Formats: sequence, structure tokens, C-alpha cells
Amino acid sequence: MMLKKYSLLIIATLLLVTVSQLFARGVYQTDKDFISEAFLNKPPENSRIMLGGDVRKRVTSLLGHPYGGLIIKYWEKEGRTAWILKEIGKTEPITFGIIIKNSKIEKIKVLEFRESRGWEVKYPAFTKQYNGVSLEGDKLDKNIDGVSGATLSLWAMNGVSKVALYLSQHLSNKSK
Amino acid sequence: MSIKKSLKGLVALALAIAGTFSANAVAAPSNAEIFDMMQEMKKELKNLKAENNALKGTVEEVVVSTDEAIKAQIKLANKSHWGGYGELHYNNLEGQGPGVSDTKQIDFHRFVLYFGHEFRDDLRFFSEFELEHSLSGNGHPGEVELEQGYIQYDYNETTQITGGLFLMPIGIMNETHEPDTFYGVERNTVEKNIIPATWWEAGVMLTKELKPGLTVDVALTSGLEATADKYKPRDGRQKVANASARSLASIGRVKYTAIPGLELAASLFMQTDYCQGVVVGCGSATAFETHAVYKKDKFQLRALYAAWNIDGDDVKAKGADKQNGFYLEPSYRFNDKWGAFARYETYDNKDGNSTDTEVEARSIGFNYWIDPTVVAKFDYVDQSKADAGDKDGINIGLGYSF
Repeated sequence: MMLKKYSLLIIATLLLVTVSQLFARGVYQTDKDFISEAFLNKPPENSRIMLGGDVRKRVTSLLGHPYGGLIIKYWEKEGRTAWILKEIGKTEPITFGIIIKNSKIEKIKVLEFRESRGWEVKYPAFTKQYNGVSLEGDKLDKNIDGVSGATLSLWAMNGVSKVALYLSQHLSNKSK
Repeated sequence: MSIKKSLKGLVALALAIAGTFSANAVAAPSNAEIFDMMQEMKKELKNLKAENNALKGTVEEVVVSTDEAIKAQIKLANKSHWGGYGELHYNNLEGQGPGVSDTKQIDFHRFVLYFGHEFRDDLRFFSEFELEHSLSGNGHPGEVELEQGYIQYDYNETTQITGGLFLMPIGIMNETHEPDTFYGVERNTVEKNIIPATWWEAGVMLTKELKPGLTVDVALTSGLEATADKYKPRDGRQKVANASARSLASIGRVKYTAIPGLELAASLFMQTDYCQGVVVGCGSATAFETHAVYKKDKFQLRALYAAWNIDGDDVKAKGADKQNGFYLEPSYRFNDKWGAFARYETYDNKDGNSTDTEVEARSIGFNYWIDPTVVAKFDYVDQSKADAGDKDGINIGLGYSF
């Protein structure tokens, strides 16, 4: 009787589990693959920037808290910089890959997501809103439409976008 | 200029003086020349001091930055985490009509603590512990509740399995209800009285992302237990406290979020015996809920409809066989700090009877975000019950989450 009552649900569950592909959830692309793809399989050597003094203060102000690292690696070639940055959404760190060109975001991608909710921010339909966005003071120059229930993931993505834009600008000012 | 260079300068100066004296026979330096040399030495010393101070500053900066970075890194790497939310409410509502009393009270409505732990990248625990109305126990208004307590496993990139005590996948606010995420001091009455939020059960849930932006949840859970004459879904929540499991339930939800700013969802709940077999004349229950959330720039619209169909002669005789409601809530976020809303809501827990028992409410108000997750709220509400009187007045709230 019991089995009959819930048979449809059990069958549907088993079917869904069976047809699922066997990939580890959470890692959508490795850091290495992102960088390789960003520079058409010819990535430059990585460089490093130390978050000290005014740079750290500005990064802290853009994120609303200190960044979880003292040195950030980046890749630079032909006027484009690529960044791998981590930021906590609700409770878990999310890894983002960001490419900056001419002080604007060329591309942002969620590389790793571990939160139990808010994963909708990884969809290309969502991330493409960031294309061409630049930094205006302490804010992005465009409003990003959020996803219901994914507000904290959206804030994390806005935060790392601002940090990548600022650091890229900082490097460019330094080299002038 | 480096220290080495400065030292070289000093040595050269000393040698020059020594040389000058050794060559005294030739030409002793004049007082003016010695004065010039001393001035140069003074300048060099000043430069050295400045460089030394700058170096000290850099070292201090590195120490402070390292300290901050380590603390932030620990937070990133931490496997256990905690958080919480809370809301304090002041209600000043005046009742008019038969059987409608005033509501003039101040209440720390919810104090919630979260605790979670990540066992592995693909296996985690999450819990939510709540104290309602500040004081619990015999004769006190509050309750201490375990609102969530589950293990979640990522089977693969698109499939999650959740087991334990979890929030039912239904409605807008049932799963996301931190006070800084919604307008209005009190939660809307439709989700409270029809869904009934906050609603949790124990069981197993499978979440599958069929396509980017299209997610399905299916769950087998514990069920409600309504008692005779109390057929509201809200009264039937057993809260997984020695809960009767004679009649289990199943729930499914389809959610579409492929377009930024838009969420469309529909849930269906089914239970074979709404009263767990203890009430004659009480049968199966089905609940259907659908909602839309649309955000565009500063504008947001929330719309929700929920309905119950409950079988059984006794339930029908009480008019509780049909219970339903809907609400519409447009809002506008002026900036990071201010947002205003208006809401129309209506529900009926006895829509199956011949008399009008509908409850209607209209609200208008604003939120002021002191910080992104700290909010002060104000609203005016005008509520009318078709079979009783009206109630209107103001609510003021203060809420937070972290």
C-alpha cells in the first residue's frame, strides 16, 4: 500500500539520480582552464600584487571587509588582465574568474560554488549583465538585476568585480 | 637614496676632513668650509632618518595587512560557521467591530541562530535554532524551535540530496525570510495563514537542475496533523516534535530563474490523511502554490497565489475544504538606503462555507537599510475581516541578519 502510494515519487527520484552526470558539483571550471581559455591557450606567466597600504584600504572599502589574502595573483597580456578572486556568499567561499580590458569587465564567471542556495548567479544569462561594466567611485556603473534568494551571491559577485576593476586600474596607473 | 650611499658620503666626508688635516701643511680648511661640511652631514642624517621612518612604516603596514589577511583567510577556510537573524516589532493597531481587539504590543518576535558545518566539499550540515517571542515556557508566549537541521549532499554538478529537517519548497518567504530581504514589519498574512510559513518537515528531498535556470525539487516528508475544528494548515504543523507519521506527505516544486530578475515557481503538496487518521470526516489534502518575483532596476513586483483542497465531510461542513489567498506587492528601491512598498492581500481559511469569511488587508510603508543587512521598517496596515470587524494602525520594526 505504502509502496504503491509513493511509487511515482520513488521512480521519479531514482530516474533523476540515475540520469545525472557524474561530475563533482561545485567546480564548474578550474582556475587553470579559465586562465588558459582567457588567453586562447597561450596564457602569460602570472604576476603578483601585494595588498598593503592604500591598496588594501581601498580593497577593504570596496568589499566591506578585508580580502582573504595578502598577495593576489593575476595574468596580464596585451592590455587584458585576468583575476581569480574568492568571496563568501552567505557562508561559503565562491571562486570567480574575471577578465578586465580597458577598465571594463570583459567577462566574469563562477568557477566554484559551494553555497546551498543562490547558485543561479552562475548562469551566463546572469553573468553577461556584467560585460562592459566599469567602476564609478565605489560602485559599479550599472545596476545588476538580482535573482530572488541569491542576494548574497550577487553581493559577492559585485564585490569581486569592483576589486578586479580597481586593481586593474591601479596597475595601469602605476605603469604610466 | 640608500643607507649604503649615505654611509659612503659620511666616510668620504671624514676622509676629506682627515685629508685636509693631514695636508694641514698645505691648506687648513677654513671655518666656513667646515661649516659647509657639517651642514652637508646634517642633511645626510635627516635623509637617513626619513628613510628609516619610511621603512618602519612599510614594515608596520605589512604586519597589519598580514594580520588582516590571515583573519580573512581563516574565515574563508573555516569549515564551521554561524550566523543569525532577529526582528523586534512594535504594533499599534486599533480594532473596530465585534470581537476585534486592539493590538498594542512590543515583541522581540524572532531571535534565530544558524550553525553549519562543511564535512567535505560535497557534504554539509545546516541548522537554524529559533526563539520566538522572547520568552518560552509554561504560561509564556514564546517557543524554542529547531527550524532547520539537515545534511545536504551534492551528488553531482546538478543534483543535491537533502535529508533531515528542512524548510518546505513552497512560497516566496518560506525559505528566505531574513527581515532585511522583505518589506513590511510583519510577514504577509497569505503565506502565514495559507502556506503556512514558516513550514518545515522532516524527510528526504532531491533537487535537480534540469537546465540552467530550471530546477525541480521533489520530497517525501512528514505531514500535517489537523485536529477537529482546527483545520487551518497553520494549526496542523507538527514541527517534527514527536510527530505522527501515520500519513506521510510529498511535495514537488518547479522553479524557473533563467532570466535575471525573474523567478517563476509552482509547488504541489499532497497528503493522504490531513488529520493523521484521528479525525472522522477528515481526508486527503492537496495544496497548490504559484508565485512570481520580478525585479527590474529599482522596481520589484511580488505576486503569489496559494490554495488548499481538503477532503472529508467534517472539514467540508466547517467550510475548511477550500482555503486560499493571494497577494500583490509592488515596491521601489530609491537607493541603497530607502525603499517603499504597497501590498494588497486577501485570504480565506473557510472559503468552502456559504458565509463570507474573507480577510483583506492593504499595507503601505518603507524600509530604511542602516546597513545592507540591518533594516528599520515602518508600515501602515488596514485589515478587514468580512465576518468580524476591522483593524488598522502602524507597525515599526528593527531587523538584522548576519
